[in-house]
Amino acid sequence: MTSVIESPSAGAVTKVDAGIIDCDVHPLPKDSKSLYPYLARSWQEHSEQFGTHLRQPFINTTQYPRTAPLICRRDAWPPAGGPPGSDLAFMQQQHLDPFHILKAILIPLFGNVASERNQDFARALATAHNDWQVAEWLDRDARLRASLVVTQDDPVAAVKEIERCARDGRFVQIMLAPRSSEPLGRRRYWPIYEAAQAYGLPLGIHSYGIGGHASTGGGWPSFYMEEHYATTMGGPAVMSSMVMEGVFEEFPALKVVLVEIGFAWVPSFAWRLDRLWERLGDEVPHLTRPPSDYIRKNFWYTTQPMEEPAKPEALRRCFDWLGWDRLLFSTDYPHWDQDDPSYAFKVKLSPAERKQICRGNAENLYRF
Amino acid sequence: MPKERVGLVSEIPPGSNKVVTVRGREIAVFNVGGDFHALLNRCPHEGAKLSRGIIVGLPESEVPGCYQLSRPGEILRCPWHGWEFDLRTGKSHCDPQGLFTRQYKTSVERETSPDSCGDAGLTAETFPVIVEEAVVLVEV
Amino acid sequence: MLRQANPFPKVDCDLHLTLPTTSELLPFLDDYWHEQVTSRGIDRLELTGDISNLPAAIRPDWRGPATLERVQTCALDAFDTDIAICNCLYGAQAVYNADLAAALCGAMNDWLVANWLSKDERLRASIIVPWQHPELAAKEIERRAPDRRFVQVLLMVLGDRPLGQRSMWPIYAAAEAHGLPIGVHAGSTYRFAPWTNGWPSYHIEDQAAQSVGFQTQLLSMITEGVFKEFPKLRVVLTESGVTWLPSFLWRIDKLWRGLRMEVPWVKRPPSEIVAEHVRLTMQPFDGPKDPQIVREMIEQIGEEMMLFSTDFPHWNFEQAEFAPTGFDADLMNRLRTGNPLKTYPRLQETS
Ligand code: FES
Repeated sequence: MTSVIESPSAGAVTKVDAGIIDCDVHPLPKDSKSLYPYLARSWQEHSEQFGTHLRQPFINTTQYPRTAPLICRRDAWPPAGGPPGSDLAFMQQQHLDPFHILKAILIPLFGNVASERNQDFARALATAHNDWQVAEWLDRDARLRASLVVTQDDPVAAVKEIERCARDGRFVQIMLAPRSSEPLGRRRYWPIYEAAQAYGLPLGIHSYGIGGHASTGGGWPSFYMEEHYATTMGGPAVMSSMVMEGVFEEFPALKVVLVEIGFAWVPSFAWRLDRLWERLGDEVPHLTRPPSDYIRKNFWYTTQPMEEPAKPEALRRCFDWLGWDRLLFSTDYPHWDQDDPSYAFKVKLSPAERKQICRGNAENLYRF
Repeated sequence: MPKERVGLVSEIPPGSNKVVTVRGREIAVFNVGGDFHALLNRCPHEGAKLSRGIIVGLPESEVPGCYQLSRPGEILRCPWHGWEFDLRTGKSHCDPQGLFTRQYKTSVERETSPDSCGDAGLTAETFPVIVEEAVVLVEV
Repeated sequence: MLRQANPFPKVDCDLHLTLPTTSELLPFLDDYWHEQVTSRGIDRLELTGDISNLPAAIRPDWRGPATLERVQTCALDAFDTDIAICNCLYGAQAVYNADLAAALCGAMNDWLVANWLSKDERLRASIIVPWQHPELAAKEIERRAPDRRFVQVLLMVLGDRPLGQRSMWPIYAAAEAHGLPIGVHAGSTYRFAPWTNGWPSYHIEDQAAQSVGFQTQLLSMITEGVFKEFPKLRVVLTESGVTWLPSFLWRIDKLWRGLRMEVPWVKRPPSEIVAEHVRLTMQPFDGPKDPQIVREMIEQIGEEMMLFSTDFPHWNFEQAEFAPTGFDADLMNRLRTGNPLKTYPRLQETS
């Protein structure tokens, strides 16, 4: 661990040398009525009378109390009022401008659309979220790109929504929740993958969702520290399911971006899957290649929260094993565990390596 | 080392801080129960402005399930990742030797200035009043 | 009854014995449970979550009933093993009736003594406990602890609740008091879906989920303060895989810095706690084939962290080639002798 930061450390991304693509930024509506302009009157009424219906104990907050209000960094509350991430001008001033962000991909997590149990309401919410992103964000700052919100439990409706929005090239990925009703590789979700492949849209699978299953295979843990790690383990859950169900045999061009679900677990997990496949592969005869092949070809990872091994060189080896072309820089602004592009990497990167992770890989993947 | 003026003591009540920029360096001066502590306003982890952190106590425990909060108001939780710093030393709680923010010496001195609020026009005779006020200084 | 002390025994820390049916336990059950088992047909309690019950996962030349003779020839003689720690998983550890669990687990321990430990002095065993009910489990530990051939307490990784939670502590108190490590073995009682996103289609996915289960359970034991409350307790993660450990520790050390206030009894970086209290058996090895990367992983894991195991009869290697590429002979010797002796106090006194 370093001591005093007096000037950007050796590994820092200086703002000049690249210009950054930030693959994970969270917009929030100003208040509970901000989406109303995009919701039919009857659904506004429904919102008022019934609200959301989720598989968790609390109506207005997450299962585990976070480390800070609204999960956000404490300095991101806009001076003009409203919650962090709700004020574009402040986001520009605090985040987009100073870090020379060329493109930022919005990931709207609020409202838990992917996990809403009332499917008609979920469909209305998905459409509202997408229209809200266009009108209040994309149309107001040319640097912003959106994630297409869909009802993953209703793939037919999801495909319709994809068809509706995909014409707008500023939607750059389809957003799914890893904590899903069923493992995401299962066939019920395949229509979404078919559409994603057809439109050339990656899946952006960001750690969130309330699927109704215990957060770990051993049950519900006690602490947020455990919950934080358990959400990260949604990554292997998605990967295992999509690979083993043969999603990439059926949709070989499908691209999956695991957002904020870590990356350092991937090499070990891929080795494990390969070893298991050697012995138990007959159970999944639809796979024609070792699991690690699909992983190497079809998955990408955003970098935040950055790993900080005591020996920073271990991180470099981790990148080697993952593939340097798989890493997409992200900040997670304005959440508490966000990364600052100047200090996130505790290992020394060459300018070319920095540029690849902070910009080049995302340009290639999202065709910016 | 040259002393720089931070501001009046009365401007920085206990539990608050004031940020000054000295030769390009942001320094946050915290009032911790009447004592002033100056820290480089940049978290040694990823550079967050410490002045935007939250002032808390130190949670401690010798037995799982038994919680104690000691040193109220003396700990700063970074506004981003929540790492704890001792406001009196600038050292992080989890890794005091390896992770700390730079600390500067402060002092409180009396500053004198002529009183400006005499209402000279209406009185026959005026006396110049010298007001003594406490100011916080930081050595940079 | 124990052999002359051998200062450098070769130890296998995970050898599986299979209880074929509950009826084998009848001689060890009291009248009530005897009649319950026979009259209700409580005889087939093989576990879905025990890979021993997946024929495809068993080494072809090791398939078939695991009789004493077969275990001796295939698992002990073939590897020149001096001491083997036997782990037995069965439905006793998964039934929902805690009293039935206690009766069956007690009978299984009797069965282990009568049919195995007493028949070959190389064998040691893990105490099987009704962990569904931690107080009853602690009683079973008390009952078996005087027999020094029981060298650890056996749990599965995925059961009724996160392993660190305080309701589990009677088990750890008893284990610590008797110098018995807790062996957390791969396996699930399927109280919860194996993955946070639910029930996958294939066995292979359940198996993949095990290593993640080990991570979240180890984190539970750390955050809940098990190692603060029981400073002498050791935990052996068995059949856990090993290569996940470094990246897991990076992440939780970092999380601890920001979230320590939630668990203030955790006073040290979790990686230090793990280094002091936790060990892992090496088979099935979950590393890559490239020996250079394997050596780097061993360095990241720390060779003092790993214990030799054959994982008999699971199919992890051919013939006697139990050392994965990248594990040299010296290292294997340490994994087979020094590391187990330091981990299991009872092996030293009886070997
Ligand atoms: S920037 Fe302060 S704790 Fe990370």
